[in-house]
Amino acid sequence: MASLADALLDLREMDRLARLDTPIHRLEPRAKVLATALFLAVLASFGPREVSSLLPLALFPVALAALGGIPFALVVRKVALGLPFILVLGAFLPWLERMPALQVGPLVLSAGWLAYGSLLARGILAMATATVLVAATGFGEMCAALDRLGAPRAFSQQLLFLHRYLFLVGEEAERARQARALRAAGRPLSAREFGPFAGHLLIRSWERAERVHLALCARGFEGTLPKRVQGRFRRREWTFLLGWATFFILCRWRPLPVLLGSLLPGGAP
Amino acid sequence: MSHHLLDVRDLRHAYPDGTLALDGPTFTLHHGEAVALVGANGAGKSTLLKHLNGSLRPTAGEVRVGELPVHPGTLAQIRRTVGMVFQDPDDMLFMPTVLEDVAFGPRNQGFPVGEADARALEALQQVGAAHLAAKAPYHLSMGEKRRCALAAVLAMAPDILVLDEPSTGLDPRGRRLLVDLLRAFTHTRVLATHDLDLALRLCPRTLVLHRGRLVADGPTREILADRARMEAWELEAWPPEG
Amino acid sequence: MHMGDALISATVGGTFWAVSGASLAGASRRLRREGDESRVPLMGVLGAFVFAVQMVNFAIPGTGSSGHLVGALMLAALLGPPAALLVMGSVLLVQALFFADGGLLAFGCNLFNMGILPIFVAFPLLYAPLARRGRPGLGALLAAGVGMELGALAVSLETVASGLTGLSFRAFLLALLPIHLPIGLVEGVATALVLRFVARARPGLLVPRPEPIGRRVLGTILGAAVLVAGLLSWIASRQPDGLAWATARVAPALGAAPGAALHRLAAGIQQRTAFLPDYALPGPDVNLLRQRSGTSLAGLLGGAVTLLLVATVGWLLARRRASPPEA
Repeated sequence: MASLADALLDLREMDRLARLDTPIHRLEPRAKVLATALFLAVLASFGPREVSSLLPLALFPVALAALGGIPFALVVRKVALGLPFILVLGAFLPWLERMPALQVGPLVLSAGWLAYGSLLARGILAMATATVLVAATGFGEMCAALDRLGAPRAFSQQLLFLHRYLFLVGEEAERARQARALRAAGRPLSAREFGPFAGHLLIRSWERAERVHLALCARGFEGTLPKRVQGRFRRREWTFLLGWATFFILCRWRPLPVLLGSLLPGGAP
Repeated sequence: MSHHLLDVRDLRHAYPDGTLALDGPTFTLHHGEAVALVGANGAGKSTLLKHLNGSLRPTAGEVRVGELPVHPGTLAQIRRTVGMVFQDPDDMLFMPTVLEDVAFGPRNQGFPVGEADARALEALQQVGAAHLAAKAPYHLSMGEKRRCALAAVLAMAPDILVLDEPSTGLDPRGRRLLVDLLRAFTHTRVLATHDLDLALRLCPRTLVLHRGRLVADGPTREILADRARMEAWELEAWPPEG
Repeated sequence: MHMGDALISATVGGTFWAVSGASLAGASRRLRREGDESRVPLMGVLGAFVFAVQMVNFAIPGTGSSGHLVGALMLAALLGPPAALLVMGSVLLVQALFFADGGLLAFGCNLFNMGILPIFVAFPLLYAPLARRGRPGLGALLAAGVGMELGALAVSLETVASGLTGLSFRAFLLALLPIHLPIGLVEGVATALVLRFVARARPGLLVPRPEPIGRRVLGTILGAAVLVAGLLSWIASRQPDGLAWATARVAPALGAAPGAALHRLAAGIQQRTAFLPDYALPGPDVNLLRQRSGTSLAGLLGGAVTLLLVATVGWLLARRRASPPEA
């Protein structure tokens, strides 16, 4: 992740997108969460050297982003953040698995290259889908969905509070960092300064938590937040979930691109 | 119901490190009164406010709301009667949307969702913030946050409003809107503030705290204009000279 | 150390989701039993604090590089293990959702590596006893170092058991353990510095005496460790493709490298501990590989066409949304 300031900007942008009103945003959040879970499970269940058979799955994030008004540029940016890690980790593959696996004219691709491609495809698809899911659902809605899907109450409540105070504590930290940087003449934060810097922020956060607790109690809080009101699973949600489930299973059991490719001139094996 | 609403008797509060933050203030508030609580930093204003809704327990002395003494057994009723608006609205607003947040209090009071939402919306209309209902609290401006925090307390229909530094962080226009809003209320109001102009505009009566003691209780205009005494309490007289 | 979804198989992801989910549920129950509602906002705010402070880098003296705090150990010292686990879990989920930092399927793995191991293993076994004897600094250093190494070990196991990177367990350990040792020590120093500052500035905040670890808890931890190791080796043994094969390939390559002595040492340790013995099995399963990767030109062409189709569908949908039909 780049800097705290960038991260906060990103958070705000995702929150703004989550308040759009599109067919995807209007779906009950549980349907989106479940479909995404299924998507990730199917994606991860493919063998290590499958590339082309993964590709039809791209329809899920692409369709959701398109219908949900999520800018492709944002998705690309998020994916680009996480990609270097996979690029490095998989870089050994072409070198490790050198046996030829695929010949295209004069070019011979080794099994390692296929595995590398598969790794990248998985990474891109998974990150893109996670980004689209949260941008088209909203974090509060997702917490409520997790709660209704059986996540421990304390955990969904924790997520809600965390999201709320990310901005405040994050901005406090960013202001403190800037204030220090302005007087530091370019000298990076030293380990000795880190203790007081982080410690100060910690104490301020702690004091804020104490005030928040007082304010909650002043309004009758007794340990759990009231449950949020949510929509129900209607035909729309069932259609969405079952439709995508069918598509994922089809992708898993039938190598659609291979079938497609063999229909093309010169594609037959 | 008694003719007085809030009764503070010889209230003492010592913090764990031994500092005596409150040293015996005694006063009574009547129905519909608007009272300013002024004092220098560290005079004990916030500590006093926290006793009014039972957030702190007195070391000695007593606070009564109507007929009820404030103690752990009566907290639920006390908090129905005394609504506290915190200095930093970010300490109050935490739910994903403003409406849910304002409905938080009524729901804890036991109202069903629909009724709680109706009360929340009504409170938001009262402070002119109904258009913010669907927004997330952290995307609001300071003035909007303050109005929502006020609505969050109004939605619980308290008899007494306790406000801690309500004008901090507001721009001149936001401050004027707040003054108009608070002036229109009929609740009993207690305002802790450094903003002496606000005190003068809103509150006929003023209490002055100095080092934990109640050193003055009387008409706002007279107290604030008494240069010598204000100086002694580490305050500036209001309106300023010249 | 955040693992992405690309690196893990469905089986490994699912297994660790189960382990981490059960731990979260257990921690939630424990918190509710203790019934301290003042913890609820505190945990949320401290989660935000950890999120923010993870992005504050500081210079590591004498190296020219920089490090940052991860925070699990500090949370355990401030809140106690169950609450610390919930906070860590929430931070990891936010990072996965908003910043593509760690995957959703890999969330279980990540919570295990960066939450459960430091909080339920390193904290009670190392930090708590030393802090009770008045050596919190040493405790933080040791607990963070060991916690981080355990995490790196777990990352290696999970990745190798998933069999998607082709690297052997040994190669992974050789790469990850040395990198994470300094990271762990930096974590320890940072934790100790923050805790010391807080202890001086606000003495009341820290849990005064972390409670000693009970036999039952210890038993549970050991039992869980054995269970997880067993599950992983079972998964690994069922996927000889990629694993055993890669081991056979990497072993000679590493053996010829200058670090042969280190490698032999590591291999020796591995043999002696007989941890996941399957990893040492030689013999590539070439036929299986051929079968799996036997995609032809048709696959490649079809793949290109698929992508084109998906892009077109996306473009059409986006266009239709941008200009809705007249109502």
